[in-house]
Amino acid sequence: MAKLQRNAPVSHGINKTIIYIVCIFLALLSILPFWIMFVNATRSTPEIQSGLSLLPSTHLKTNWDVLTSKSFDPLKGFFNSLIISGFSTACAVYFSSLTAYGLVVYNWKWRQPFFTFIMCVMMVPAQASAIGFYQFMYQLHWTNSFLPLILPAIASPAMVFFMRQYLLGALSLEIVEAARIDGSGEFSTFNRIIMPIMVPAIATQAIFAFVASWNNLFMPLILLTQKEKYTLPIMVSLLRGDIYKTEFGSIYLGLALTALPLFVIYFLLSRYIIAGVALGGVKE
Amino acid sequence: MRRKGVSYAKYGYIFSLPFILVFLVFSLYPILYTAVIGFTDMKGLIPKPIHIMDNPFQNFKDLLFDNASFQQSLLNTGLLWIINFIPQIILALLLTAWFTNKRLNLKGTGAFKVLLYMPNIITASTIAVLFSTLFAYPMGPVNSLFHALGWSDSPINFLQDKMTARGIVGFIQFWMWYGNTMIVLVAGVLGINPALFEAASIDGANGFQTFFRVTLPSLRTIMLYTLITSMIGGLQMFDIPQLFITPAGGPDNATLTTSVFIYGQAFKGSYMYNKAAAASMIMFVIAAVLSALLFYLMRDRDASKLKKQMKKQKKAAKAAARGA
Repeated sequence: MAKLQRNAPVSHGINKTIIYIVCIFLALLSILPFWIMFVNATRSTPEIQSGLSLLPSTHLKTNWDVLTSKSFDPLKGFFNSLIISGFSTACAVYFSSLTAYGLVVYNWKWRQPFFTFIMCVMMVPAQASAIGFYQFMYQLHWTNSFLPLILPAIASPAMVFFMRQYLLGALSLEIVEAARIDGSGEFSTFNRIIMPIMVPAIATQAIFAFVASWNNLFMPLILLTQKEKYTLPIMVSLLRGDIYKTEFGSIYLGLALTALPLFVIYFLLSRYIIAGVALGGVKE
Repeated sequence: MRRKGVSYAKYGYIFSLPFILVFLVFSLYPILYTAVIGFTDMKGLIPKPIHIMDNPFQNFKDLLFDNASFQQSLLNTGLLWIINFIPQIILALLLTAWFTNKRLNLKGTGAFKVLLYMPNIITASTIAVLFSTLFAYPMGPVNSLFHALGWSDSPINFLQDKMTARGIVGFIQFWMWYGNTMIVLVAGVLGINPALFEAASIDGANGFQTFFRVTLPSLRTIMLYTLITSMIGGLQMFDIPQLFITPAGGPDNATLTTSVFIYGQAFKGSYMYNKAAAASMIMFVIAAVLSALLFYLMRDRDASKLKKQMKKQKKAAKAAARGA
């Protein structure tokens, strides 16, 4: 805070330098742990133990062989995560758009109470219902199934809230009227005319829904007990166990593999992601 | 938005039906079920029929008054939240002040935003294990670094010391979230009426005065929002403390959070579903109180007044139309 005080006109040059140094330090702080992770994924365990290096080495293949020779199957985990995140994102964006459209366009008796209700349940923590959810799924024999990780996405209160905000700004009811005059049914109006209008909102929400589902540990950890059903975040916990105790190179490689898809997504879409965060409170 | 015919109203229900059904089955029912389990003696691997205990509140009483680890977990959750949120909000505000200061005209704020936000998008489990490997004992990157810089004579066992273990978990949370908070706050500042800043500048306010007298008061709502969503998020802190130290909980339960406690009670071999459910309900009540507080503080007083008036007018108009 002291630095702010010195923002007075005279010493701007010095101030700016200090600010840049702080920002660059923070940027390095963001990069460095991941940099070490990627570099160490290519180094052998003796190399890693002999000290820090910021340059890659040549042991990627060895680390890969050690990593996959034990219970870690990154491809399996990748596809499991992809299936769960892909389908749950699709469910979330489609049904949230549908619900938001129902809230904006139609004037029904329970519209306002329903919206208030959505606002109220937006912040219910997943842990609050976890025990009952698990018991319920156990009785349905749905543990070790992906369905309980996908279907609940149909009811995503926070996303309905954001989609509604978007529709209120972007949709003019004349379009809906015009479609009706042209004889379009309500569902086909939504699917063919409204969904394309909503693409910007859908894209932003889809990124966040996908990442949230991809990173989720709590629910999959409770529900999935068979190794071949594990998602990537659960697999990460295997790296923590005894089987890789001294194989540091493989541990780093395993970690790097779980983070790699997210780095790709992030650097391709960072502009939209930052804009999405700025839009307000995309907090888990 | 007001239709003349009522013929389309049914579509409002139809379009909301999937949401409502899924919510009832996968959210509401499990919450109620969890609440009921909290009053029972449900233990063990094989689910038994529901049996409410003679003293229904026994589990809650045990947890709150007799269970040292649960008490510790509540304390830890609060402590870890405080040590990550206070530096987080201070740094986020400082960066916001810098990034939105037109007189400073910093270059590359876009790139800085991208980099500072980056840790937030990477899987928390990966970050937890990564940090525990970075802080490995006796030879890990951090220990090597400390040794090279001459900061420590002998390797430090970061994960087995209560203070450092807690400190690192708090730091990871801080490191993952301050970028997010900063972006939200910057967006908040950009939403402030520019005329306010112009007026301040005409009145000769310096950067310091402008920030504390104009920017901060205008950010009040958004800061409250950040505060309470962060509290509710912090209450659920799970991935980092669960995976950072094995066994989860750390030395002397120093990093045992409420979520880790719940998971441990139910799914780590002891199958104490009743205790876990009661702990979940305690957490739910805390989250509900915080949410209610958020709504109370965020409600737009003028808007709600206006709405009420509009409603009255509408009713009056309807009555008049019927009368005529």
